[in-house]
Amino acid sequence: MTGENAILSLRSMTLTAGRDKSGRPEAQGVDFRAGEVTALLGPTGAGKSRFLSDIESLAAADTPTGRTLLLDGAAPTPDERFALQGRLVAQLTQNMNFVLDMKVMDFLRTHALSREAQDPDAVARQVFEAANELAGEPFGPDVQLTQLSGGQSRALMIADTALLSWSPVLLIDEIENAGVDKRRALELLVKSDKIVVMATHDPVLALSAHRRLVIRHGAVQAVLARTDEEQAVLARLRQMEEEISGYRTKLRAGEALA
Amino acid sequence: MKLVTVAGPPSCGKTSVIARTCGHLAQAGLACAVIKFDCLQSRDGELYKAAGVPVSVVFSGGLCPDHFFATNLEEAFAWAESTGADCCVIETAGLCNRCSPHLRGVLGVCVIDNLMGIDAPEKIGPMLRMADLVVVTKGDLVSQAEREVYRYRIRQMNKRAVIRNVNGLTGQGCLDLAAILKEAPAVEGVTEMKLRFSMPAAVCSYCLSETRIGSRYQKGNVKKAHFGARHDG
Repeated sequence: MTGENAILSLRSMTLTAGRDKSGRPEAQGVDFRAGEVTALLGPTGAGKSRFLSDIESLAAADTPTGRTLLLDGAAPTPDERFALQGRLVAQLTQNMNFVLDMKVMDFLRTHALSREAQDPDAVARQVFEAANELAGEPFGPDVQLTQLSGGQSRALMIADTALLSWSPVLLIDEIENAGVDKRRALELLVKSDKIVVMATHDPVLALSAHRRLVIRHGAVQAVLARTDEEQAVLARLRQMEEEISGYRTKLRAGEALA
Repeated sequence: MKLVTVAGPPSCGKTSVIARTCGHLAQAGLACAVIKFDCLQSRDGELYKAAGVPVSVVFSGGLCPDHFFATNLEEAFAWAESTGADCCVIETAGLCNRCSPHLRGVLGVCVIDNLMGIDAPEKIGPMLRMADLVVVTKGDLVSQAEREVYRYRIRQMNKRAVIRNVNGLTGQGCLDLAAILKEAPAVEGVTEMKLRFSMPAAVCSYCLSETRIGSRYQKGNVKKAHFGARHDG
């Protein structure tokens, strides 16, 4: 097992052009650099999740899109590809619920052990506490994973990804649907030295990213950088969001709005 | 001819994974033939045929599936040879989890899925412990943390096996699998080969179709269990 958990460094990553849903060649591949947050946009079913999954599985022209993933400019050999499985990428998918029959703390401790953490109990506790801060409703250490609510499961996954699953690439699929505070979740997740790719329908998240990839019919259609005008729009949207969130808090607490 | 044994619990995705992997092998110029040992019924034959892989499906019916497998192995191998295949893949329906169909000197593969519960790697027993390659399916249905914890549990059961995550539906990972199968050792025949794990012994009155319960009906190799001390209450 030695080596399976060695820390991995990565400066750049490239997903080469593949095919769209009709089998036509994709116009462009995409380069990613460490420290950069990329948002993936496009209607539901456009191929955002497939794009993320090509990265996650270290695609070698063996996925339906025919894309290939290059790490620091080179395609990993089959042996490297195997060694990297589960190490290169930490990901948060749209799967909201756990299926394993384990208690929360046992699960976290086992996960810490599998990642060869120096102090598994301490890391597990840290994840547990961070998850409870993110979740609207707190939960105990002995609850079965399968009994957590959608929001609690997602909070636990986010905290686990941020604090336990150290990987140079982070893939996030529609975190706005998690039922947790998305800004706090992102703060916890986005570390400056990671490559972050985030599929989203949320305008604030999309504009917060360094650039946006537009996906249509299974292929990358455009790569857009945020303009100065959009920067101003983002500030306005954030303000609106704070206002809405203020109303939400009041309504939840049973207050009347004036 | 190369020989590979593939075992795993029902509905874990064995057939999808093998059919796709055989497709990749065929593209690489290596023709496969599959023998499926099953217990009661199976539609897997159609799946293989649809994938263009010669297949023979046989059922143990009222017999111990493990014994059925062992007693038919030579004939199965001969059938695969007769198709002109370069690689014979033997898929068993997981048998009864007491056994392992894996043979010494032959690539042994165990397929399990991420939804089976955290104690599954332990329960699956020798077909996992004795495998050279463990293929884990349905990873797209669980979180990354769960995949890692599950993999850890598999590793605890089998320290030396290669573990691979494969998606039987999209075929993701099957190319990798084909590359491993391509390295499977070729064998002349299966006669004189040895199983990695012994079969269960039986030959009692129930083997001979006895259905009545009671000590007086039990003959032959009968083992009586110990159920602990009398309950005080």
